[in-house]
Amino acid sequence: MLVSEQKPLEEILRSLEGEGRVFLLGCRGCAEACQTGGEKEVLAMKETLEGAGKEIAGWAALDFLCQKGLVKTGLYPFEDQIVSADSILTMCCGIGVQVTSSVVGKVTHPACNTISLGGSRGEWWGSERCLECGDCLLDLTGGICPLTACTKSLINGPCGGARDGRCEFEPEVRECGWQLIYERLKKLDRLHKLREISLPKDFARMQPPKDLRGTAFWSLGQRQEERTGDETLGTL
Amino acid sequence: MKSGSNLERVLEEGHFAVTAELGPPKGSSAEFVRRKAGLLKPCCDAANITDNQTAVVRMSSVAACALVKQEGLDPVMQMTCRDRNRIAIQSDLLGAVALGIRNLLCLSGDHQKFGNHPGSKNVHDLDSIQLIGAVRKMRDEAQFMSGDKISGGMPLFIGAAANPYADPFEFRVLRLAKKVKAGADFIQTQAVFDVERFAKWMEMVRDKGLDQKVRILAGLIPIKSVGMARYMRDYVSGLMVPDELVDRMENAKDAKEEGVQIALEIIEQIRDIPGVHGIHIMAVAWEEVVPLITERAGFLPRPIV
Repeated sequence: MLVSEQKPLEEILRSLEGEGRVFLLGCRGCAEACQTGGEKEVLAMKETLEGAGKEIAGWAALDFLCQKGLVKTGLYPFEDQIVSADSILTMCCGIGVQVTSSVVGKVTHPACNTISLGGSRGEWWGSERCLECGDCLLDLTGGICPLTACTKSLINGPCGGARDGRCEFEPEVRECGWQLIYERLKKLDRLHKLREISLPKDFARMQPPKDLRGTAFWSLGQRQEERTGDETLGTL
Repeated sequence: MKSGSNLERVLEEGHFAVTAELGPPKGSSAEFVRRKAGLLKPCCDAANITDNQTAVVRMSSVAACALVKQEGLDPVMQMTCRDRNRIAIQSDLLGAVALGIRNLLCLSGDHQKFGNHPGSKNVHDLDSIQLIGAVRKMRDEAQFMSGDKISGGMPLFIGAAANPYADPFEFRVLRLAKKVKAGADFIQTQAVFDVERFAKWMEMVRDKGLDQKVRILAGLIPIKSVGMARYMRDYVSGLMVPDELVDRMENAKDAKEEGVQIALEIIEQIRDIPGVHGIHIMAVAWEEVVPLITERAGFLPRPIV
C-alpha cells in the first residue's frame, strides 16, 4: 500500500490556476483506505473546488489507478466530461497520477503527496523495509537492514547519538537500528559479524539494471504498450 | 612519521597532548578565525576546526583550517560524511593537503534535523569507518578509492571519534576496534563527565590492546553555566552529564569558576588512567577559558617538537 495525504488546498488551487473546468479522479485502492481519494473525499473536493469558483466537469473513483488497463476502461464512460475539462485532478499516490497522465492526453495534477515509508515493505506489508539497494548486507547484520533501520543508513555500526536504545532523530517513536542489530546478533551468538568492515557500497546498483527493463519484472503495462503500440486513450 | 604534523610529533615524543576545538563563524570573517587561533595557539598542540557542527552552516572547515595554519597553529580538519559524497570528500582532501593541513578527524556528522536546515538531504555515501579506510588508502597506497593513482603525497594524521557514553555500551569498544583496523591513528572522545564510566570503557579498550595501537585523547567540555549543564544533560544526544554536576553548578556562587574547577577535577582523574594520551577541550563558544584551564592544569608551556 502507498500512503498518501492531501496537499494543502492553496497548493492545489495554485496548480489549477487558469483552469476553469476540472475533472476529479479518485482511487478506490490505497487512497480510499488513506481517506485521501475515495468517493467520499472526491465529493468533498468537488464541493471545495466549486466553493473556490471552479466548475467540475465530472468525477470518477476507479479501482486501482496504478493499473493502466483498469484506468483506460474505467474512464471510457467519462470521455465527454474529460474532453470538456481543462485538466484532471488526481487524488491518489504518485503512481496513479503518472498512470492517468500517461493514458489521458490531458494535464494531470496531483492532489496528494505520497508519504515515504522508508523503503519498500513487500507485497504483504509489515514493519520490515527494503531499500532495493542491489547489494544485500543482511548477512552481516542479523537480518535487520541498517539502510532502513538507521536514520543515517550507517553500515558499520551506530553513530554516537543513541540514548537508552532510542534514535536521536525521533526518540519517542524510533529505536536505534543498530541497537536492534546488536541485540539480534548477540542473541544469535554472531557478534563477531560486527568486526567485519563493510566496504563502501556501489550505489550504481540502485539504478534498475538494463536487462530488467522491458521484462515482466519491470512492467506488465509496458509490454502491453509494445504490443498495441498505443498507450493513450483514443479520443481523449 | 605519517604526516609530520605538530600533533603527531607531540604524541610520538610521548607528551600528554592538548587539543582544543575552534568553531568557525556563521559568517565570512577571516579575522574571527585568526583571533581565536591566536588565543588558542599558546595553549594547545593543535586545534580542531569543526565541520558545520550540529548541522548549522558555518565557514567551511578547510578554509578555516587554512587560516589557522597561517597563524602558526596546527589544524585538525574535521570532516563529516553527512554533506559530501566520495567525490567531494576526496577532492576536498587533496585541497586540504595542498593547503598544508596534516590532521583529519573523520566523522559521521550530526543529523541535519538538529541544524538550521532540517529539510536538507543528507549524503552518507560513506560512513565514518569507510572514510577512515579511504583516507588511509589515499595516504598509504597513493590511490583514490577507485584505485586510480594520486599524484603527490597525502601526509595525513588520521583521527576518529569515539563515544564511551552512547548505546549499546558493549559495542562502543568493538566500534573503536573497527576504526583502528580501518586506519585511525588517533581518537578524540565525546566529552567525559562521568569519569567512572569512562574509566570502565578505557579498561575494555586496554583489554583489547587498542591503547597500544592508537592515541586516545579524552574529550572535555568546560561548563559555563547551570543552564548549559542542564541543556547538555537533557537535550544533547550522545552526552551524559551526571545530576551531581548540575547540582554543583546550581549551588555555585561563581558558576564559571565552578565550571573551571569541575574541568580541572576531571582532567586530574583522567590523566592518570592508563592509555589516555591527551585531552581534547571543546569549549563551545567559550574559547577564552582554554588558556586558563591549561595553565591551572599545569599543561603550559606546550612542548616544542
